[in-house]
Amino acid sequence: MTRMAATRDGYGQALLEIADNPKVVVLEADLGKSTKSLHFRKEYPERTVSCGIGEQNMLLVGAGLASSGFIPFASTFAIFTERAFEQMRNGVARPNLAVHLCGSHGGTHTGTDGSSAQSIEDLAIYRTLPNVVVMHPCDDVSTKQLTKQLPELGKPSYMRTARNKTPVMYDGREDEIKIGKGMILRDGADAAIIACGVMVSESMKAAESLEKQGISVSVVDMHTLKPLDTDLVKSLVDKCGAIITAEDHSIIGGLGGAVAEYLSSNCPAPLERVGVNDRFGESGQPDEMLNLLGISSHHIENAVKKAQSRK
Amino acid sequence: MAMDISEVEEFARKCRVEIVKMVHRAQAGHPGGSLSEIDLISALYATRLRVKPENPDWNDRDRFILSKGHASPGMYAVLAEMGFISHADLESYRVLGGVCQGHVDMKWCPGVDFSAGSLGMGLSFGMGCAVAAKLENSERRIFVMLGDGEIQEGSIWEAAMAARHHELGNLKVILDRNRIQNDDFCEAQMRMFDIPAKWKSFGWSVKEIDGHDMAEIMNGLDFLERTNDGPSILIAHTIKGAGISYMENNPSFHGAAPNDEQFHQAMIELGEVEA
Repeated sequence: MTRMAATRDGYGQALLEIADNPKVVVLEADLGKSTKSLHFRKEYPERTVSCGIGEQNMLLVGAGLASSGFIPFASTFAIFTERAFEQMRNGVARPNLAVHLCGSHGGTHTGTDGSSAQSIEDLAIYRTLPNVVVMHPCDDVSTKQLTKQLPELGKPSYMRTARNKTPVMYDGREDEIKIGKGMILRDGADAAIIACGVMVSESMKAAESLEKQGISVSVVDMHTLKPLDTDLVKSLVDKCGAIITAEDHSIIGGLGGAVAEYLSSNCPAPLERVGVNDRFGESGQPDEMLNLLGISSHHIENAVKKAQSRK
Repeated sequence: MAMDISEVEEFARKCRVEIVKMVHRAQAGHPGGSLSEIDLISALYATRLRVKPENPDWNDRDRFILSKGHASPGMYAVLAEMGFISHADLESYRVLGGVCQGHVDMKWCPGVDFSAGSLGMGLSFGMGCAVAAKLENSERRIFVMLGDGEIQEGSIWEAAMAARHHELGNLKVILDRNRIQNDDFCEAQMRMFDIPAKWKSFGWSVKEIDGHDMAEIMNGLDFLERTNDGPSILIAHTIKGAGISYMENNPSFHGAAPNDEQFHQAMIELGEVEA
């Protein structure tokens, strides 16, 4: 039986594990219980700064701390980080201050809270910022590993985590997970699915179904969208000749956008992007949302067949 | 640096000359707010700030955060007087590759602790610096200069509330109350009513002064230095464009440069050339 876990729990556990570094501080905007920074707050209240419901202030308090040699980890819902986008842009990214922003409850998978809570543009907007590393891991293990690498990063980052539990992909492969390096989870030669976040397990489901239909596909967890692992993308094009991206995010500007940008300039190949097609979500269960918005495993299967037919 | 009041006044006069020269040379920039703040910043640097121009990154230095970062000529002039940068560096104001970027930038200019340019951000950044100082048990103080129009930004009040919540006695604000913002007088753009009462209601210690009277400025800085049980703010009533007759209280000189004739007149008024 596959273990199920939420990526936000991996974040919370990682904060505890890096707390030995006295420069690590945690910033909260009244959602520590949800983003899971609460575990750190409980153990290290003196290094936890409550910013109330004030995301703009939080980002810049982080910038001030970083300018003074601290390593701030700020978190709130992904959607509310967007309110502080300009603070992230002008106050954090521009002076290249290593503030680590975590947006939890990202994507439509967050479910019944409805469209106001379903950030489907966060990855796109943060990807436009120079100096900022953008990540969207798929399970608690990789979230924990990536978060633990952030104190050494020396530049700002944005990481989207998810509210709901998804299948764990990495038990036993922790050491292979590195910021900026995509992970091949399944090897196949007919097409390659490049996915992030909750769509990694949907892609694996699609690949298993396609296998039964005689189509062999590679599946890659591209947990880091920026910098994009272009060497890996190139090798997938060389091997498979057709690419499918899958993300719980707008098809505009996210993982699909990043891969399209790279392919069009370097190694054009058939590309199908599975993502939210320029619309908002609504209240519903996570699986209902993926179906409604056309981003579930069977939509990925169809995209694979379409990409393959365009080779 | 032990300077008496007349020496600080002369320091500020020299800075006024550099402000007008910078803006005239660049034919762009913000003279009005630089001239309204300059007596305050001059006094702060010349008599209070614990900084080392020869070691601008000294960890325990006091921080000065110019949140109204468009008034950068004022800060650059002071940094040159203090020796953080050279007077020749002032010629790089708004010039490609220059240390004196249009808005003060910590990545470009020695002695600058904050990359400004977007209003409403410096107080939050200063709060972060103040939290850091407390965590390190450092005696360093964080001084933040805000503009009056700037406090129309909502995030200022997020920071004001949070700074009191965290009892940041090392966070000290100077508000340049020059009553003019980009488009017009503040009163026309957004009436702010009782500004001291607003800060008091957020739990701050408040004092008002004449921001061009050097004796009052010294008293005001004394107030900021001795208020350590929570955040404090000095509301300095100033005149936009102070020191140059045609710029004074004139919204047109918020963000406009003097022409050659106006420049010459300014140099006369500042005692640099004879009439």
